[in-house]
Amino acid sequence: MCVFQSTINYFPEEVLEHVFDFLSSHRDRNAVSLVCKSWCRVERFSREKVFVGNCYAVSPERLLSTFPRVRSLTLKGKPHFADFNLVPPDWGGYLHPWIDAMVKARANLEELRLKRMVLSDDTLDLLAHSFPSFKSLVLVSCEGFTTDGLAAIAANCRSLRELDLQENEVEDRRGQWLSCFPDSCTSLVSLNFACLKGEVNLAALERLVARCPNLRSLRLNHAVPLDALQRILAQAPHLVDLGTGSFVHDPDSETYHKLKNAIQNCTSIRSLSGFLEVASRCLPSIYPLCSSLTSLNLSYAPGIYSNELVNLIRHCKKLERLWILDTIGDKGLGVVASTCKELQELRVFPFDPHGVGYTAVTEEGLVAVSAGCPKLNSILYFCQQMTNAALITVAKNCPNFIRFRLCTLNPTVPDAVTQLPLDEGFGAIVQSCKGLKRLSVSGLLTDQVFLYIGMYAEQLEMLSIAFAGESDKGMLYVLNGCKKLKKLEIRDSPFGDVALLADMGKYETMRSLWMSSCEVTLEACKKLAMKIPRLNVEIINENEQMEASTDDKQKVEKMYLYRTLVGPRKDAPAFVWTL
Amino acid sequence: MEMGKAANYENELATELRLGLLGTDHHEPEKQSFPSSLVIKSNKRSSSEMDYNSSDKCDQDCAPPPKAQVVGWPPVRSYRRNALQQQKKTESDVSGMYVKVSMDGAPYLRKIDLRVYKNYPELLKALEVMFKCTIGVYSEREGYNGSDYAPTYEDKDGDWMLVGDVPWNMFVSSCRRLRIMKESEAKGLGCL
Repeated sequence: MCVFQSTINYFPEEVLEHVFDFLSSHRDRNAVSLVCKSWCRVERFSREKVFVGNCYAVSPERLLSTFPRVRSLTLKGKPHFADFNLVPPDWGGYLHPWIDAMVKARANLEELRLKRMVLSDDTLDLLAHSFPSFKSLVLVSCEGFTTDGLAAIAANCRSLRELDLQENEVEDRRGQWLSCFPDSCTSLVSLNFACLKGEVNLAALERLVARCPNLRSLRLNHAVPLDALQRILAQAPHLVDLGTGSFVHDPDSETYHKLKNAIQNCTSIRSLSGFLEVASRCLPSIYPLCSSLTSLNLSYAPGIYSNELVNLIRHCKKLERLWILDTIGDKGLGVVASTCKELQELRVFPFDPHGVGYTAVTEEGLVAVSAGCPKLNSILYFCQQMTNAALITVAKNCPNFIRFRLCTLNPTVPDAVTQLPLDEGFGAIVQSCKGLKRLSVSGLLTDQVFLYIGMYAEQLEMLSIAFAGESDKGMLYVLNGCKKLKKLEIRDSPFGDVALLADMGKYETMRSLWMSSCEVTLEACKKLAMKIPRLNVEIINENEQMEASTDDKQKVEKMYLYRTLVGPRKDAPAFVWTL
Repeated sequence: MEMGKAANYENELATELRLGLLGTDHHEPEKQSFPSSLVIKSNKRSSSEMDYNSSDKCDQDCAPPPKAQVVGWPPVRSYRRNALQQQKKTESDVSGMYVKVSMDGAPYLRKIDLRVYKNYPELLKALEVMFKCTIGVYSEREGYNGSDYAPTYEDKDGDWMLVGDVPWNMFVSSCRRLRIMKESEAKGLGCL
């Protein structure tokens, strides 16, 4: 050991730095920094990409003093269940303090990737003016800004390569944000504005595309009509990723003919999405693309009906990733199974979450895909019904699942054939898929399923539970068994104080725990907060009676706890009470 | 793997499964406020009767029972929910509102674009011309009494309604198909 120590210290720091350069994953870098003090120091000062899974786990100032050379920052804000309206607005997750701190520290920020954060136009403006090398902005499921903020980015970020907006709520100010890209901007590689609701200046868009020879990824919003698409494709035949806007036209027209020609020239397209409005008679124009597609997202295209969808998919033999609506039906999934032998990831979204009178997909579709697609490792499946037998078959067919998320439209539906709980089915999944990292369960479930999860899901990092279990034992099985658990989110399940308090130290090994509409009492939350100071235990209380009352025995409606280095946050709104 | 507590489960299932925390004792939803996640919206029945898992043995004629809506379930991002709803509206704007029209006794159906008409009289006139029949004038009390035919339509919920009761725009957005009924059928009279 002493020999090793002195040998490794013989390397000058530059060499260590160079070696560490090859480590791209933040987990590897974290591991490296734990080896010894000198490695920690070298690693800290050379780290350029920092990943912060919970923006309240650390303060911006502290981050910057630890990693002074940070150039790329990934931040996640609100808890995952905020996506489903379980977190009230104004909960938090603000970007501003981070930008502020980076400006003060004169950080050389180049890349910012945000998920579920809140940012204002002012913040975007500050960002745009403060970092001359800023290259890449990726916003996923964020809110609080308008197209004016985008205009500031367009106008001022001279080296901008990537502007990628995914599923954000952006207020449309009818400004000409696209026209704000100066003529000197020729560096764009990726532009995704599919989630914007308003009109865009088509002429400005076409000119922008024409002057950016490195553009490889372009996703348009619904306001870009087919004729504009045709002109754009004529200018950008090197695109690798395309998201169409509106795809409606007369197939007998000159424009449609030109589109077909333009598409023939786009031989590099590997990823296709959009079709936010579509006339099915126009779809044959994209058939030439299908044979080289590896990624296809038609989950925002309800206008493509089952038959056309199936016809399209029959051409897509190289597909690795497919996102669709459940209107595809079990039969359609059968076609996927027989055509897409390279498929790795499948997501089937509900066309009409509360719809009545159309049949969504069932266990048959899932079984078909598992049988036909041996490389399948990630699935998100919204379905009408499920059976244990089907899940057991799927587990046998696909032992390689890394992500397995099943959502039955009725959250407590039992096995459709036997009427039993779905415990055995999910049990088979966790036993067979030894590399499973993420799991969402649904349907009628008892404590038994959690026994299986605790026993077998050794690599599990994230677990989502809703309307499941019978007693504290369920949650205890999971907390005791899943050693690598990082995120646990539970709603409407009968887990209470005994489970919460059984192993309080466990929560310091996890990123966060969410529990809503469970059986946890205020008293237990207080105990936990007192015992483990490095946790923030937040109670979200939408009617203001809770703080005033002295009844610790009352049940807590929503609790979110997370480990943190910096104590209670100072930006919590009135309805969030940190214990 | 053992099958688990199957017998207990069947007993549990025999009792009413409802929207609520599993393991609670009461069978009636409590009168005080539900946990915020269980907002049960029902447009046809009072919420205390809503039974989430009961399969009502409707025969084909009744509309399927409306599903109780739980906040945040199914777990679909609100962006996606809003976008799909928005598109359903836009789809009909863009492509016209073509609906099938059948008439009792006619050998084949026709299709018309509801967007072309601005009000009921225009629509009825067009139907009269298309099918060479007389539909007459609507009155709230009597319907189309006195004429040979009554225009009806199937709405979003699958119910057959008399044309003319609701405001025009509401009719256009909820009409799925039209059927011109012979007056004798409309009154439920058989052949005499």
